[in-house]
Amino acid sequence: MTPTGRHIPDHLTSPAARALKSWEALLAVVAVAIFILNSMASPYFLDPWNLSDATFNFTEKAMIAFAMAMLIVAGEIDLSVGAIVALASTAMGMAMTAGAGTPLLVAVGLATGLACGAFNGVLVARFGLPSIVVTIGTMSLFRGISYIVLGDGAFTGYPPGFAWFGQGYVVWVITVELVIFTLSALVFGILLHRTSFGRTVQAVGNNATAARFSGIRVDRVRFILFLLTGLMSGIAAICLTSRLGSTRPSIAQGFELEVVTIVVLGGVSILGGSGTIPGVVLAALVMGLVTFGLGLLNVPGIVMSIVVGGLLIGVIAIPRLWTMSRSR
Amino acid sequence: MSILKTILTTAATASVLMAGAAQAEPMRIALVAKALGIGFFEAANKGAEEAAAELGDVEIIYTGPTDTTAEGQIEVLNALIAQRVDAIAVSANDTDALVPTLKRAMDRGITVISWDSGVAPEGRQMHLNPSSAPLIGNMIIKLAADQLPEGGDVAVLSATTTSTNQNTWIEEMNKVAGDYPNVNVVATVYGDDLADKSYREAQGLMQSHPDLKAIIAPTSVGIVAAAQAVTDAGKIGDVNVTGLGLPSEMAGHVKSGASESFAIWNPIDLGYSATMIAHHLASGEAEAEAGATIPIGRMGEVTLDENNEAAMADPFVYDASNIDEFSSVF
Repeated sequence: MTPTGRHIPDHLTSPAARALKSWEALLAVVAVAIFILNSMASPYFLDPWNLSDATFNFTEKAMIAFAMAMLIVAGEIDLSVGAIVALASTAMGMAMTAGAGTPLLVAVGLATGLACGAFNGVLVARFGLPSIVVTIGTMSLFRGISYIVLGDGAFTGYPPGFAWFGQGYVVWVITVELVIFTLSALVFGILLHRTSFGRTVQAVGNNATAARFSGIRVDRVRFILFLLTGLMSGIAAICLTSRLGSTRPSIAQGFELEVVTIVVLGGVSILGGSGTIPGVVLAALVMGLVTFGLGLLNVPGIVMSIVVGGLLIGVIAIPRLWTMSRSR
Repeated sequence: MSILKTILTTAATASVLMAGAAQAEPMRIALVAKALGIGFFEAANKGAEEAAAELGDVEIIYTGPTDTTAEGQIEVLNALIAQRVDAIAVSANDTDALVPTLKRAMDRGITVISWDSGVAPEGRQMHLNPSSAPLIGNMIIKLAADQLPEGGDVAVLSATTTSTNQNTWIEEMNKVAGDYPNVNVVATVYGDDLADKSYREAQGLMQSHPDLKAIIAPTSVGIVAAAQAVTDAGKIGDVNVTGLGLPSEMAGHVKSGASESFAIWNPIDLGYSATMIAHHLASGEAEAEAGATIPIGRMGEVTLDENNEAAMADPFVYDASNIDEFSSVF
């Protein structure tokens, strides 16, 4: 008797079939459908400049969403991102008042973001506090500092060169923000899906205890992720401040929920352990297209938030209902 | 099923396309609120529609963000710029943050004005204030004098000693006090815009000046507190409370007689005038430059000052005859 070699497949279905059934495929279909509906509904939609303007609806939030996606995959969350944007913007305003030029302003924005991220990271990773509690606290703390500094005032008069980040174009209709968005998508996509760090992040999110026993320095991973989220919030703060040309303490109010919405719509499990960066990119596009399309039709903002809420629940519920009906 | 869907989609597409073709190029004026769902702005929209009907060939796009953020308002403005509306009239959530977006709108040939809450001068062609300090100062003493044909003592209940607006209005009031010779301003007290402190200050005024005929409160907190103090002291009919207040908060006191009348801007007139100005600027019938005079239909006309700002009119007077109509609005 010759031993018959038994082939054990890596996957039960072919990669192509899996890709078709994936969350990303669903989102891509939704995005294309919205694109087609929008171009039918409004004669102004298919205009390169208008589409370019529309990207501002999501670029800054999406930059933060990439880092937030990794954080949520690792089973943590950061609700202080909007407040970090406000504090970083306020710090840049103070530096600007002290006479700083554009390079220094950028450095101040990044440094403030990193410092806030490190603060969150230490409280979560070093002292073992739940991230949702810590970041609800720092959400008030960071924004509170901005309010103390600014009160009902504002920083205005940023140097002309600084406007490049939020108002500039690289070529034709491609904005600087769109390029930063694309680059961050690539960096975070590679980081999460193509590096050992990305795999440890997923391991921590799936089972932190098992990950710790496997020799992963769980706290270090968590700290780095908070640092990255702070850094991306700093970058978003630079873009947003540059786009608005001014700082008020209410800047980026409510960003945290919109960022988390993009991440969840992107198919990242809110319980941690799974999620992809391409999914988040598509979710950002869907959100941007929906809000801009409805805006072109002058749909009131209240109806718009109902549509976004319905979209979120619909996209999350439909696959679940589909599986339930098939397993019956 | 799928055939039905196809038919429906085709019909929907066709109707959208036809709607696009049927538009005989009316001038599109966007009235942008600080946020939707606020009575004040809904009333302004009513005024804008009134102006549109009067002008003819004008389409009003009334829109705004869900909450009063600059970021939300910018998304709305971007959508309006993309539609190439003819004019944007905005009540700004942020004086400075809207400037880059509105500059872009002006670069693309859109007329931009602000109303109610202004935008920094480089981000708009003109700003329409609902009223002006001299007009307000005159109105608050006039309201007291109108109810005092025999004359008498009146006192002012203000906000804080450092409230810029109130101080300016009281200063302007004192300038024109000579026009009302029978009215004697005996005191100015400060309730700090706190309901309880304003209430006590109003009580104190009535005790220290037994002949007091009127309390002028140019603050929405103070006027309600003073009316309550007068009611509680049983002095309705003896002491008239007037000044600046909100119809929704003052309706009860107007009906009880504690306040014969008071004033505040009329949002309907404001929306009406903003639309008129936007139309005249967008059609090229008027220029937004210092010293220019722009007609605003039934409201008369406005003249731009050196900052391209204009004051619409006297504050609007609310009394028993119209309070019900406005108390549900704002």
